[in-house]
Amino acid sequence: MAAQRAARTNDEADHPSSPVLQFGPDKPLKLDAGTLLSPFQIAYQTYGSLNDARSNAILVCHALTGDQHVANTNPVTGKPGWWEVLIGPSRIIDTNRFFVICANVIGGCLGSTGPASTNPATGKPYGLDLPIITIRDMVRAQAMLVDHFGIEKLFCVLGGSMGGMQVLEWAASYPERVFSALPIATGARHSSQNIAFHEVGRQAVMADPDWHGGKYLEFGKRPEKGLAVARMAAHITYLSEAALHRKFGRNLQDREALTFGFDADFQIESYLRHQGMTFVDRFDANSYLYLTRAMDYFDLAADHGGRLADAFAGTRTRFCLVSFTSDWLFPTEESRSIVHALNAAGASVSFVEIETDRGHDAFLLDEPELFAAINGFIGSAARARGLSL
Amino acid sequence: MSVNRAQRVDLEVVTDLIPAKSRVLDVGSGDGLLLELLQETKQVDGRGLELSQRGVNECVARGLSVIQGDADTDLKFYADKGFDFVVLSQTLQATRNPKVVLDELLRIGNRAIVSFPNFGHWRVRFSLLIKGRMPVTKHLPYSWYDTPNIHFCTIRDFVNLCEELGATVEKATALDANGQKIGLSMPWWFWNFFGQQAVFLLRR
Repeated sequence: MAAQRAARTNDEADHPSSPVLQFGPDKPLKLDAGTLLSPFQIAYQTYGSLNDARSNAILVCHALTGDQHVANTNPVTGKPGWWEVLIGPSRIIDTNRFFVICANVIGGCLGSTGPASTNPATGKPYGLDLPIITIRDMVRAQAMLVDHFGIEKLFCVLGGSMGGMQVLEWAASYPERVFSALPIATGARHSSQNIAFHEVGRQAVMADPDWHGGKYLEFGKRPEKGLAVARMAAHITYLSEAALHRKFGRNLQDREALTFGFDADFQIESYLRHQGMTFVDRFDANSYLYLTRAMDYFDLAADHGGRLADAFAGTRTRFCLVSFTSDWLFPTEESRSIVHALNAAGASVSFVEIETDRGHDAFLLDEPELFAAINGFIGSAARARGLSL
Repeated sequence: MSVNRAQRVDLEVVTDLIPAKSRVLDVGSGDGLLLELLQETKQVDGRGLELSQRGVNECVARGLSVIQGDADTDLKFYADKGFDFVVLSQTLQATRNPKVVLDELLRIGNRAIVSFPNFGHWRVRFSLLIKGRMPVTKHLPYSWYDTPNIHFCTIRDFVNLCEELGATVEKATALDANGQKIGLSMPWWFWNFFGQQAVFLLRR
């Protein structure tokens, strides 16, 4: 079963089960690394239909290990879309009303060009031959997809975590193409602590002998142990101490007493091992390296002379930022500094901090206050945009 | 604490001072009553700053553009003359440094509108003079030990502060206990005695 899923993941890299848009040599993707990526492709999903004025499009940006399957059953895992609680017919983001687009990021592994994709120059997977990808590169590619739909201005761009970074980059790079922006649980830069956690994950992957210097696919292998450890470490940062304690405490896993060994005695160990194991079936290890690097490199202020407010100078985009009290990966202060920059730029901005003990991952969960904020923000933006209810 | 519109005559006075389609920053927006009123009746481009997270979340859920923040510390993040009007309604007396806050309002807005409860009202004077107790009235319902209002002033005090800050009073309105405007022809001492609340339109 796991092997089947892993094979499916390998397959999706070149031949995704979602629609895919290919860009030939005439339309290369200009990368921040200073090179061109060509040819390349973007795998995406859409929901709902574009209105005649092309004014009802919402772009959803996915997080580190997300994908384009935001509101449909995932072809690899068979699970519901990762934001189906929010997006769908008659949901908060109502696909009867809005045209929702979600694309796999460049550097990802579910169909957009990434390290697991076949390098046309060699006929082998790119592996580490793919140039380093940045958040801005991802957004540049998304803009080309949006062009393809003939959409001049997106009604809204939203996303959490790495998705939120893309939202901020969209607003900074294409202010005239973003009517409203909803960055959730994110920051304008990756903190030292966040880079540190990512580095632990990358070292775990690269320490796995099955990684083969990044060429594991050529050897018919996958660095599963290393990637699982990376996921286990990262997963802790997505939760909170309080939530872990509430869910697991020091409870033992299927046993009455400690075994005086290194089995998963505790439920939390068993849970983390499960998280690690299921992750490796659905995700490419090199992709994990590339995407964590993209997040580490993200520093929106540095791209604008060190002053974050300058990234948003003259913007007319309406912003709503959301943070969670127990998120220690992107604490509220990160959102607040973006809010201050937007204030200084004279932007229209709302900012909601939601009280929850569910940590960073709260943005993916059924959080009534989050939904109320999104609903209020989208509703007022839709009125301002002249979209009928 | 939600206050219904009928009880807040001062909000109508504030609304009357603001022309349609102005850019307005409401400092201390509470649950968004004033911003909503301004959007409905004046189609303003409105923003809010509110201390309580609960108030902010309520505002945003209602489609208002509000952020969590503290008038004492967060006004410095706003650009000079970024707004046509900055409104501080019934909040001045709860700030730690009213002088700095007022100075910031005059920097951020082309005009500032400030409303506050008048501590010079005869009921307040009466309570102190005759009863020897800190006043607890309909508009000032807190006891001295749990009040968020730490810097009360009278209308006369406020006029003095405006002078100190180089602010010009373009318009001033006092409301009596029934929420009725006190006649313009009345002298300052009269306003200061019978005005329960005051609304000032300032510029610098």
